[in-house]
Amino acid sequence: MKKIEYSAIKGNSLGYYGLLGGLGLLMLIGLLAVWHMEHQGHWVTGMNNQIVWGMPHVFAVFLIVAASGALNVASVASVFRKEEYEPLARLSGLLAIALLAGGLVVLLLDLGRPDRLIVAMTYYNFKSIFAWNIILYTGFFAIVGIYIWFMMDHNMYKFKKTAGMAAFVWRLILTTGTGSIFGFLVARSAYDAALLAPMFIVMSFAFGLAIFILVLMASYHWSGRELGDEIVARLRNLLGVFIAAVLYFVAVYHLTNLYITEHHGFEKFILMEGGSYTKIFWIGQIILGGLIPLALVYAPGVKNCRKTLSLICALVILGGLATMYTVIIAGQAYPLQIFPGYEVTSSFFDGVVNDYTPSIYEIALGVGGVAVSLLIVAFVIKVLPFLPKSLADSK
Amino acid sequence: MSANKSKVAVNNSRRAFLSKTASTAGMITIAPGVLLHQVANAKPDDQPISEKVRWGMLIDTNKCEKGCTDCIDACNAEHSLTDNGRPESDTQYIRKVTLRDKSTGHELSLPLMCQHCETAPCVDVCPTGASFTRKDGIALVDKHICIGCRYCMMACPYKARSFVHEAVKNQTLSAPRGKGTVESCTMCVHRVDKGETPACVEACSKGMHDAMIFGDLNDPNSKISKSLAQYGGKQLRADLQLNTAVRYRGI
Repeated sequence: MKKIEYSAIKGNSLGYYGLLGGLGLLMLIGLLAVWHMEHQGHWVTGMNNQIVWGMPHVFAVFLIVAASGALNVASVASVFRKEEYEPLARLSGLLAIALLAGGLVVLLLDLGRPDRLIVAMTYYNFKSIFAWNIILYTGFFAIVGIYIWFMMDHNMYKFKKTAGMAAFVWRLILTTGTGSIFGFLVARSAYDAALLAPMFIVMSFAFGLAIFILVLMASYHWSGRELGDEIVARLRNLLGVFIAAVLYFVAVYHLTNLYITEHHGFEKFILMEGGSYTKIFWIGQIILGGLIPLALVYAPGVKNCRKTLSLICALVILGGLATMYTVIIAGQAYPLQIFPGYEVTSSFFDGVVNDYTPSIYEIALGVGGVAVSLLIVAFVIKVLPFLPKSLADSK
Repeated sequence: MSANKSKVAVNNSRRAFLSKTASTAGMITIAPGVLLHQVANAKPDDQPISEKVRWGMLIDTNKCEKGCTDCIDACNAEHSLTDNGRPESDTQYIRKVTLRDKSTGHELSLPLMCQHCETAPCVDVCPTGASFTRKDGIALVDKHICIGCRYCMMACPYKARSFVHEAVKNQTLSAPRGKGTVESCTMCVHRVDKGETPACVEACSKGMHDAMIFGDLNDPNSKISKSLAQYGGKQLRADLQLNTAVRYRGI
């Protein structure tokens, strides 16, 4: 295989500074939203005592799940020895770190007491999967950071495969942990399922790869570097497999619930009678986020069309957000089954499907987190040699 | 607010027992000008909480009057829970739930609050350990290390917890609250530690309903244990096997 030459992008164009400025502005708006939410208290958001996790968590969990998926390209190269992916490994690691950072910023800034970060870092309840996640996130930064260092340092290059393997195992555990945040909850009908952990891993493959492809194509297009059809076609096919796998897991999850009488009420809610939640599931998650991009991946005539691929990736990302909305918000909207066999009413919204209207502040915080991720990538590829000078097809 | 609020006679058998063991109330000076009332029959502050005791409640839904809010009013006053006019985000430690049997149409009403589970999901999931269960079975939130992540609210099968969505006013010394942290029924731990009964139970009794009994589940001679032994009582979501300290009769 020919030697790969990496270099930092020039990043002195008006467009580049415009990009940084735009992302910075989104980040600033996010921070202002946080200031407002924290100063006033969470009553200014759409979240309440029924829907306790809202839009910030949709964005945060999406970014965290996508982070481990973004590392996949590097893992394919180092763990599964596919040399064609090797030139993309550095960017894959960087994007993984950046997405995780963006997700964690959102998660942290939505806390009731974000000023107590030090408490979260020093007090651990080891039975809590959330506490384990804090360790997993911190470890992910460290391991992927070391992996990137080994990839970039000639003296350490010989340990690259070991670091790549460690990062691969760690990212699987990390997403198992993220899925288990919901999987370990016995209280609610939507959760309490071991399937959620592997389902989150498969989702991470799809969401992470979709973001990776978009970032790759944008950075090569804007920096005027060559990106060959060969590598893009490989990524596109891989994405197709992942989208299909996500649909498979979602089908198994719902089929299992449909078989179990106890869960019929919840399935009826999600699949048929849940109003906006049902629409977001069918239109957002299944049709726009799954079936259409899957059909487009394998559609004849647009095989090497970059615009179609961009659309596919955008749809997968949109579907990912819809999936998180369904899992997190719809999962809470369905009432707790405390009194099976009874119709329940109370002053505390027992027995009713809970409404949720996200506030502009929550959306601003979520978008701010995305901006943080992209800002990190845009800045780092300017100062360090992350991108190969050319990814043209091998002759 | 004074630490030893008005004591109203409540549970007669318990009060009788306590009065036997009670020493006379005294006052100690902890600093010049600062006085603390030492309450008769209180657990001395330097004594650890004993696991020999398991505080619990038995609620007889047959005696719980529909529309009555005595327990809720007492709880709100005791903990200074203010109504901000935003029912979706305002804190509720206790709520009255009306149930209608889908097959028979039979209606009943009951107060629902933290069930003080022995193996509480809120305690399991709390990342910092802010959610904890005392040795005597009372589930609490340490407001100093709660980071406001609300994972406990996701995990609670009874929807017992509230998040403090806005600045709190008129806090009581005995029941501190804090914006950005999670809270729930404390089983009036500040009263229980002084040998008193929770405010809701006291109010229910005062209103002549007697739908709530408070006492030690570990003591076979306590009123609650005797009543449970004689007439039984159910746990909510018993399928989860959380061994709740609050039991219900008539559901």
